Amino acid sequence: MTSYIIRRLLILPIILLGVTILIFAMLSQLSPGQRVAMYTREVASQENIARLIVQHGLDKPIYVQYFHWLSNVARGNLGFSKTGGEPVFDMFVRLFPATLELALLSTIPLIALGIWLGILAALNHNKWPDQILRVVSIIGTSMPLFVFALLLLMFFAARLRWFPPGDRLSLTNQALVDSAAWRAGWAPVTGMYTLDALLRGNVAVFLDALHHLVLPVTSLAALNCAVLLRVTRSSMLDTLRQDYIRTALSKGLSYRTVVRKHARPNALLPVVTVGGLMLVALLNGAAITETVYNLPGVGKRFVTAAVNLDVVTVLGFVLFEGVILIIGNLVVDILYATIDPRIRLG
Amino acid sequence: MPDDEKLARERALADAHDKQVDPPPHRAVNRRSVRYVVGRLLGTPASILGTLLLIAFGAIALAAPLLAPCPPDQKITCQQHVYKVPRYGFTTQPEAPSAAHRFGLTPQRNDIYYGVIWGTRTAFKAGVTIIFLALVLGLTIGSIAAYYGGWIDEVLMRIVEIFQAFPYLLAALTLATVLRGGGGDWLEDLLGPNSIAPAIIPLVAFGWMGYARLVRADILSVKERDYVAASRALGAGDGRIILQHILPNSIFPVLVVASLDIGTVVQSFAALAFFGLGVPKGYADWGQMIASARNVIPTIGRDWYIVVYPGIALVLFSLAWNLIGDTVRDILDPRQSREG
Repeated sequence: MTSYIIRRLLILPIILLGVTILIFAMLSQLSPGQRVAMYTREVASQENIARLIVQHGLDKPIYVQYFHWLSNVARGNLGFSKTGGEPVFDMFVRLFPATLELALLSTIPLIALGIWLGILAALNHNKWPDQILRVVSIIGTSMPLFVFALLLLMFFAARLRWFPPGDRLSLTNQALVDSAAWRAGWAPVTGMYTLDALLRGNVAVFLDALHHLVLPVTSLAALNCAVLLRVTRSSMLDTLRQDYIRTALSKGLSYRTVVRKHARPNALLPVVTVGGLMLVALLNGAAITETVYNLPGVGKRFVTAAVNLDVVTVLGFVLFEGVILIIGNLVVDILYATIDPRIRLG
Repeated sequence: MPDDEKLARERALADAHDKQVDPPPHRAVNRRSVRYVVGRLLGTPASILGTLLLIAFGAIALAAPLLAPCPPDQKITCQQHVYKVPRYGFTTQPEAPSAAHRFGLTPQRNDIYYGVIWGTRTAFKAGVTIIFLALVLGLTIGSIAAYYGGWIDEVLMRIVEIFQAFPYLLAALTLATVLRGGGGDWLEDLLGPNSIAPAIIPLVAFGWMGYARLVRADILSVKERDYVAASRALGAGDGRIILQHILPNSIFPVLVVASLDIGTVVQSFAALAFFGLGVPKGYADWGQMIASARNVIPTIGRDWYIVVYPGIALVLFSLAWNLIGDTVRDILDPRQSREG
């Protein structure tokens, strides 16, 4: 197993480098004038554009430019966002907590429900719980997230008015959170309103934040839950067919014990690999969910930048997210290697 | 005569023994025959539904000019380019379904019924094109990697990993942005303002990796099979082995998986349109029409038809492919042939 992990860790820098090359390749599609605008707040007019190009080394050969750009990135300088009016890096860090909050709160019900229902369906193979869950899961995988999010918004927010149609907090609470009083005190400001409210003992803000998060979290979690349900179900069905299950039962162990000690752990193994896919789905889904529900997070900012053709912001964000994804997948792979005895001992 | 009897008895015993050792053979089922596939396709309620839905969508797509003809007074929209949805007015007010406009009008005053009908064609066009191009790219890269092996394989697989490091939708969005915002509108100048290529290219560019991996794994496993070794022992050259043995057995499963991805990729295509970086404005596409609802989210309760009609079309289209996909995957995977 160690050799597997070491190999993955050695390849990691190559992949990261490759990612930066791909992004730089897309970046160099911009004209030098646009790329100059990326690094400076000076207006790139006709006179100083030539000077700025030389100043930032944009007339040098491409590999020199690449190293120059890479060293900037390593220092945290991803350029200046023309739609945001601030450096890309700072913008990402500022907006990230909202997306993280959404993703974390979605992951918990997603994993818990998905696995539980998947196992339930497999244990009741072809009986009515299984049939219902299969129908639900196949509709879930056929529905695009933005349609689902809009439908939820339409029904629960606009028609029934049970939940607010968007934003993270009501106006008064938002004003409170933005005020200096909120930042005072010993508790750090994470940017995740639920956490911050808990740290300050402010139940009203906590509940309000949750209230605003119900619909976004449901949209994001429900559809991915359907995917997880299908994978868990088929993995469990495969496991239950194995010979060792039959052996365990013939030894006299009760069905429940066999499921608990043999079937479930082995069935959940492939589900861990799906964890990596879930991370991708969450990143993609966050962009859609934040756009529909008007949550000021990384995803919504990404979409706004893309629509306004702010290539710099888009590339900076996608670089960030690519790195997050690579590290996340590495963690999942290492986790899988430690759990699966075949890899661990082989 | 005793010898004849003994011989006859021995032969009878031998026959009986043979029958025990070699039971009469199963009627061999050719799992790749069209008849078997069609039989399975109509086997479960789910697959029947999927097949019927797909046939219905195909029929709608073919009959689009009959179901939603272009009104002759729509000079700047569908009379000019049939995929431009008719517009009735230049305000930004959506209109509820009525006798004149069966599914209502979007905030841009586009006829939703026309968009849904002709959007079926767009869905098929986009889905098939994206999958086809992704397949070509993926199969080429995957086969080269599997065939040559060694460092070529390593490099190509690293490239696959690098492309897979990006979330699909966001990567497609990025490339779409770069294509438009980069060096001017060279793509639009090249293909014209009504082309859906700017939406297709990003989805292809980040969608081929799965097929490359699949075909590579298939080829690598087929290379080890006995019939390939036997061919080689009989003196068959590389070319013959590739064409007659390796390719047919490794590509077929990938083709099937790819054709079923059409439903999923149409969802991604619609998501790109929802963000505004897909098809040109006013194009007959389900995602585009749902996207126009973004401007009226506060009144979305009243303007439900903008989302519901194209949304149902999208969901049913994906559903059809998914249902058929489940069945066909069951056919391909012999392990699952015994379960429901």
